[in-house]
Amino acid sequence: MSTSTPLLLQALRAPAASVMLGETAWDLLLRQAAAANLLATLGYILEEHGVLAHIPAPAREQLAWAQVLARRHRQAVRWEIRLVRQALRELGLPAILLKGAAYCAASLPSAQGRLFSDIDILVPEERLAEVEAALMLAGWAGTHHDAYDQRYYREWMHELPPMQHTRRESMIDVHHAILPRTAAARPDSALLRAAAVPVADDPALRMLAPVDMVLHSAVHLFSDGEFNNGLRDLVDLQRLLAHFGTDARFWARLVPRAHELELARPLFYALRYTAMLLGTAVPAPVVTAIAPSAPPPWQLRLMDALFRRALLPRHDSCGDRFSATAHGLLYLRGNWLRMPPLLLARHLFHKAFLSPRKAGQEAA
Amino acid sequence: MLTVGQLSRGELDRQLAGPGLRLGTGRFTTCLRSAIPSVADGIHLLYADYPLRPADGFADFHLQLTRPRNLRRWLGPQVTLLYDGRSLFKPLPLDQAFPMFEWGLNWCVSSRANRYLIVHAAVIEKGGRAAILPAPPGSGKSTLCAALVGRGGWRLLSDELTLLRLDDGQIVPLPRPISLKNGAIDVIRDYVPDSVMSRPVTDTVKGTVAHVKAPAASVAQAADTADPAWVVFPRYEAGAALQAVPLARAETFMQLAGNCFNYSLLGAEGFTALGDLVEQSAGLRFTYSVLDEALAYFDVLAASR
Repeated sequence: MSTSTPLLLQALRAPAASVMLGETAWDLLLRQAAAANLLATLGYILEEHGVLAHIPAPAREQLAWAQVLARRHRQAVRWEIRLVRQALRELGLPAILLKGAAYCAASLPSAQGRLFSDIDILVPEERLAEVEAALMLAGWAGTHHDAYDQRYYREWMHELPPMQHTRRESMIDVHHAILPRTAAARPDSALLRAAAVPVADDPALRMLAPVDMVLHSAVHLFSDGEFNNGLRDLVDLQRLLAHFGTDARFWARLVPRAHELELARPLFYALRYTAMLLGTAVPAPVVTAIAPSAPPPWQLRLMDALFRRALLPRHDSCGDRFSATAHGLLYLRGNWLRMPPLLLARHLFHKAFLSPRKAGQEAA
Repeated sequence: MLTVGQLSRGELDRQLAGPGLRLGTGRFTTCLRSAIPSVADGIHLLYADYPLRPADGFADFHLQLTRPRNLRRWLGPQVTLLYDGRSLFKPLPLDQAFPMFEWGLNWCVSSRANRYLIVHAAVIEKGGRAAILPAPPGSGKSTLCAALVGRGGWRLLSDELTLLRLDDGQIVPLPRPISLKNGAIDVIRDYVPDSVMSRPVTDTVKGTVAHVKAPAASVAQAADTADPAWVVFPRYEAGAALQAVPLARAETFMQLAGNCFNYSLLGAEGFTALGDLVEQSAGLRFTYSVLDEALAYFDVLAASR
């Protein structure tokens, strides 16, 4: 393990400079990228910077392998989105695509090389039952049939239990909000839906407005407890900021909207760590505007120590002897942010001692 | 060029247990780390002719075979396969460590090398032309392959993974130890008496398993690609007369696609590559019971067209 900046972060900060790396370094760099689920993305970034042709041939070959997988994945996602749209057509409500599905449908730079497993959509809470019924008619079935898990999702969380298609085995997560009911912050879903924009001239499909998309990505990353895809999600944020940041109105709108949606703290972290780890250029006025949303200095020092470890690739060559502790503490924090303490204690007790153990079932 | 066989046994053990041994396995470089004696035995016996790649170079695959640090280190000892430090498979009994390396490396190639259409088939070559032998497990493909390579004068390109390069339709060699199961082990011991074979390992998922060393010439020619010419679907049937029935192109295509690891992953490019392969090859359904007869038939094939 090492406390110096991992090769992968160096390559993401300065892609063009990676041509100077020797074969040994490329070997390690690609292994870090594979561990971080960023192999294909790295390939696309190098291509964008015009340096892919200049890296050692065996490394280029491996990146080509990853891109074949990413292309097939993108094709599968596009098809899946089409089928979801078809399933919900009769309901006449616009399905708002979230995260990876949105990036893919809109062909955003953050979609390139991104591999993920579920389609996420946002629908009005009052129409949740209709959406669930329409999806079931089209072949998706509910999962997590344990009564406790059902209650966890439907009463406390912000989504239905994940649904899986019986034939295609693809997964869909139907959200009515971007944070759980039980969380302290309550970003207003109605505001998000009102600001949603169409995807590629298709009236039936929408995605969050650019500012909201960035805020959602920020809250998703910085409220979660699991960081297996932490660096991938941070790279998403960086690419979104780079893509939308060419418009000055985006930056002007970002901090005020964060306050409207009660998401100022996650935005603070997002801007801080994309700049710190990936060298993202954030305009000075924005940095000043978000500064009051910082946590107290002692807490910020703690968060720095935790996130600077948890956002590294999960590879033996990255991090130090405190990395495992950092992951553990952030896992607790993730659960803490989802639920008030008493409810959390009850939930963890139930999961630990009362829930039947089912092989292969995702923990709620 | 330094080969594994030129290392002293002590040095081989030291590299395996320490920084890792970088093996040239056809187009790919595999970095293998293991302190398990039976793994070192297997490498020493079956990989002597394989080139050693530089310790500070690029490796395509990083595999590690270790013994778990829990109770299973002593109670019913196990071996775990790690892919660059990540455990992706269930542990196996310790005496299956070397087969686990072979299966693990097969998995690495078949699940990652996406610039090749990869068929679950043996492939051999004579006179610059390759015969692909796809077959479900238990059809006698590996026995036939071992016989053709050991006594029939055919070059081994692979006994398990046929790599069809998408860019130019060439078969790219990956010569590795031929894996034999159950009855085939005795058959080949008998038929190819000078073959170098590992100690059979019993009670695996596939039954009793042993590996036969690939001929040195096949390993030396690992960089020489070949044109596909025949697709032969073999089937061993005790007491049967030799039969070779030509297959229509469409049938050959469908049967091959069914034996591919990554056909649907490659999408349109895979379809085109497979179509081109079938266009330039002759498909055959081949039934045999006597190895001598089978070898004679393949000689006729090689001399034809």
